[in-house]
Amino acid sequence: MSTAAPAPVIAIVAAPVTRRRGALGMLRGTGVAGMTSAAVILAVTVVAIIGPLIAPFNPTLPDLAMTFVGPTGSHVLGFDFEGRDVLSRLLAGAQSSMLGPLAVVIGALLIGTALAVVAAWRRGLADSVISSGLDILFAFPGILLAVLAAAVFGAGLTAASVALAIAYMPYVARVLRGAALKERSQPYVAALEVQGASATSICVRHIIPNVAPLIVAQATIMFGYAMVDLAAISFLGLGVQPPAANWGVMISENQVGIPEGYPLPALAAGACIVIVVIAFNILGERLFEQAQAAR
Amino acid sequence: MSVPAPTPLLEIDGLTVLLPVEGEQRAVLREVSLEVSAGEALGLVGESGSGKSMTARAVDRLLPRGAQVSGQVRFAGGDVGALAGAGLREYRNKVAMIFQDPRAHVNPVRRIGDFMTEALRTNLGVPAPEARRRAADMLVQVGIADGERRLRQYPHELSGGMLQRVMIAAALLTEPQLLLADEPTTALDVTTQAEVMAILDDLRREFGLAMIFITHDLELAAAICDRTAVMYAGQIVEIRESALMHDDPLHPYSAALAAARPDIASTAHRLAAIPGRPLSAFEAPAQECAFAPRCPYAADPCRAAVPELVSLDGGLSRCVLASELRGALRPGLAERSESGG
Amino acid sequence: MLLASLLVASFVIFAALYLAPGNPITALSGGRSIPASSLRILEARYHLNKPFFTQYWYWLDGALHGNLGLSITLRENVSTLIGSRIWTTAGLVLYASLIILVLGIGLGVLAGLRPGILDTSVLVTSAISAAVPSFVAAIVLTTLFAVQLRWFPALGNGTSFLSNLRHFTLPAIALALSSLAIVARVTRAAIREEADREHVQTAISRGIPGRQLIRRHILRNAAIPITTISGITIASLIAVAAVVETFFSLNGLGAYLVQAAQDKDLAVVQGISLVLVTAFVVINMLVDLAYAVLDPRVALGSRAS
Repeated sequence: MSTAAPAPVIAIVAAPVTRRRGALGMLRGTGVAGMTSAAVILAVTVVAIIGPLIAPFNPTLPDLAMTFVGPTGSHVLGFDFEGRDVLSRLLAGAQSSMLGPLAVVIGALLIGTALAVVAAWRRGLADSVISSGLDILFAFPGILLAVLAAAVFGAGLTAASVALAIAYMPYVARVLRGAALKERSQPYVAALEVQGASATSICVRHIIPNVAPLIVAQATIMFGYAMVDLAAISFLGLGVQPPAANWGVMISENQVGIPEGYPLPALAAGACIVIVVIAFNILGERLFEQAQAAR
Repeated sequence: MSVPAPTPLLEIDGLTVLLPVEGEQRAVLREVSLEVSAGEALGLVGESGSGKSMTARAVDRLLPRGAQVSGQVRFAGGDVGALAGAGLREYRNKVAMIFQDPRAHVNPVRRIGDFMTEALRTNLGVPAPEARRRAADMLVQVGIADGERRLRQYPHELSGGMLQRVMIAAALLTEPQLLLADEPTTALDVTTQAEVMAILDDLRREFGLAMIFITHDLELAAAICDRTAVMYAGQIVEIRESALMHDDPLHPYSAALAAARPDIASTAHRLAAIPGRPLSAFEAPAQECAFAPRCPYAADPCRAAVPELVSLDGGLSRCVLASELRGALRPGLAERSESGG
Repeated sequence: MLLASLLVASFVIFAALYLAPGNPITALSGGRSIPASSLRILEARYHLNKPFFTQYWYWLDGALHGNLGLSITLRENVSTLIGSRIWTTAGLVLYASLIILVLGIGLGVLAGLRPGILDTSVLVTSAISAAVPSFVAAIVLTTLFAVQLRWFPALGNGTSFLSNLRHFTLPAIALALSSLAIVARVTRAAIREEADREHVQTAISRGIPGRQLIRRHILRNAAIPITTISGITIASLIAVAAVVETFFSLNGLGAYLVQAAQDKDLAVVQGISLVLVTAFVVINMLVDLAYAVLDPRVALGSRAS
């Protein structure tokens, strides 16, 4: 049968130019700044996982006799407003401080990618509807949505994370929709369609891997923003609730110490947030540059 | 009895320009020398990287930051490099540049009227209504009717060809003595090219302006310029009267350029192309003729040293074998020797 | 398009009442038990026995006429409660915006026009401050300027205009800091980009003097991206103001919103959310307008982002 022969030829001729460098290659390409940031992030992730285990002292048990005592021997960062060891509380707090943004990013990525790919693949009506919907969603600042969610569903990390995921999703969707549209119009996609590949398999096996570097870069940058927003919400008392350990909560709890001249606990928590956010920002920007250059 | 020639309007004397690229200084022009007399049109022809645009920019003092310039550019006898402040502004009134891509070179957020009259109002102190009147008149000269309305429009409302005419008109408003036209029609489509070229040529002659016309098209330069200069790898390799350039080139490169142009009147099996790729100045070898690697006539003397410009039959040529090759470089003969050899 | 956003946003805010677990009555009362007479008042006031969209219409209509319902906790009209606090928030956001515009654009322009030490230092400091969230900046500012140096008060509103200025300075700086960094960077990049454009070469070749060149060809063209980023960052201040107000115990809408959310006083939350989202949309519309004015190539209603 003559129909069997042409298809593989087309496939060979119009083969996708997949520039998959592999994770390690991408990382190396981010330069010194990028790799240092990645190291910092790795360290904090490890702490997030084993934090409560390596904390030298109990992070939640109050000891009112030691309220706001400054740094001493084994208590490197001193005591907080309820006499707890600041360092231990920071280590324990890493967990919820990192988990929240992770949930937000995963949520935003899942919804955003799905919508973007559907919009780019189907184009036409589906695309217009989705794009208009996204445009409208841009009007909602993330924190506002989270506050609304807290008022409706009660304060807590879950409600806040879901709200932020919804608020961030349009940014992911917009960037990915653009990239996916560009991939969609490449000749190799037409070749695959001609061969009878299903829409899902083309999307999953070809389009998504090609826009993957962009996705990773966006997710990294977004993690930083989510961390700031969630810390702010916990600070406002609408996220993680005390006495659970969390960097945003720590700032709120120890705020009273600042006018009294004991800024260290709040400052230490703030510093942790800033360092991690800067690391994510730098890494994310470098990855973004790479992803752009590869297109 | 010879009458002493009047001082040329523009003299470029041993101009060498280095540009900082990726940390090092790279040569883009090497010992470029040429002259343009008042009212004379000189064509400057070359491929990309030959340095023709850079020459014009050097004359107009538009080189990028960090450029190192040695040699001299003299205008009406005065050193252009020494000008500053009011003197420099006056110079810029007398030397007008027309750029290649009009859409990129006109500010998109200001109206046409503003673009055209800015120099008049700022440098020459012409009051706005008078400046607009002159601009509208000049638009008529370049073939744009309804000048008043056009002056109120924005650049994106005009086509590429019209915008280039506006650029030409704007250049002429300050009553310059020298026009530097940097590939003014390359970015336009073919029909528009012809129209704009005609306008440029007419107006230049009408106002008696000198012009350096930069192009990669040897025939085009020969058509409207009195003399033609050919550049290669940052150097002048030939200067010749345009009428003689085609029939009697003095340098193998010029001959190759002329031969490479597809001629509708003749048939050929393959397009004649020059093997290899054009070099930029910084890639040129220091101790031999830059064109030697690609030249079908290259011989040992060519690789011994960088050739000097020598005078030959009223023109200049930077070819060691120029006098021997005379006649052999004629079109037809050159093609035959290429396809045979 | 922005008006559509506003409409949909208002719908979402309204519908929050129904998303809450339990029935609307529970949500409105915040889970408190209330006497039957108050129940009937609530039912009547919120038209709870009417169909969903009719209720929405009543609510929206009421909102447009200044009636935003009743606060369960304080038993006052939401609109009155908002009215007394709106000037605090407006003042704070205005103060911060001024800082962002003057310092952010100013530093960005200087850094963009002059390569050198100023440029590098602006670049470095902006990279760091862009990552510092407002509440962390608030900690540092308070520690340094309020506690150590005692230049500014640490908390609270002021009583007169001048004392308000003193009380609002640290909060405004905390609010403005990270946005200021972003605006400075974008401004610098925009100026750099414009200075390299070909039309600037044309102007130089015609002998346009330096000052005029910068003003009419570089700044004027860079104004487009600068306005866009300034508008976007100022709009985002509206949400972050809540955090700063809470930290500095300022009596503004943001702090009150947070309070009401904790108290589950839904009517207040809805009312303030509506006001804030409206302000957000209005600012975005102003940016669109400015964009259309500044760039003649763009038709009104579109914004090439």
